[in-house]
Amino acid sequence: MSHENERLVIIRHAPYSSNALREGLDVALVAAAFGQTVSLLFLGQGVLALLKEQKTGAPGQKATLPTIDMLEMYDIDQLLVPQSALDALHLQVDQLVEGATVVADEGLPELLHRHSHVMNF
Amino acid sequence: MEYGLLVMGAPYASAAPHSAFRFAKALIDTGHRVAGIFFYQEGVHNASQLMTPPQDELNMRDAWIALHHEHGVALEVCIAAALRRGIMSETEAKRHGQTHFNLQAPFELTGLGQLLALQQRCDRVITFA
Repeated sequence: MSHENERLVIIRHAPYSSNALREGLDVALVAAAFGQTVSLLFLGQGVLALLKEQKTGAPGQKATLPTIDMLEMYDIDQLLVPQSALDALHLQVDQLVEGATVVADEGLPELLHRHSHVMNF
Repeated sequence: MEYGLLVMGAPYASAAPHSAFRFAKALIDTGHRVAGIFFYQEGVHNASQLMTPPQDELNMRDAWIALHHEHGVALEVCIAAALRRGIMSETEAKRHGQTHFNLQAPFELTGLGQLLALQQRCDRVITFA
């Protein structure tokens, strides 16, 4: 399968730790709104963005989970998580939102290679 | 090759702007072209006109502006990230009822679509965060 002109956005920041997650998701949403095919790869602390049991943050902090839940409406249905990222945080896939897909670590080089555009947030 | 740079760190808080600037210079010195620099997240602070470091330190904003004038490098700033952090042009300041503004040409407030366009236009986009 050719993934030319398909975009991979890598998320490496947890919710509430900074604005990086929100602004990374914004890039994915804008790309999707422009008609590009977008996949999201969650690495390291970024996996925490996919936890389905998230409460809102400290007073005044806007939650990012509604944005995650909205991705499907933008046809972003590839929410990829490497098994090692789950293991590192002692998480199970059933703790993540529906739609999260666990991928084997061995597949990551090929995943990055086949996307013509990759961005890291 | 044609390069674009994505800068997501604030000057004097992160090494990202300095590294990006030196990388841009090195690219140009070795015959490559730098099409544009896109400032996102904390990187929007690079555009602040009010940045006034001590005289014996590099003024990051002036360095970017010199790069623009000498080599035609576009300086694009994400409008949403900028407004959130109090970086705004005169037009935006008026629109939002603010008395002051702190962003001037050649820095340009623009949308995230420009970042995607930069990546599509360039052979490489390098992130400095």
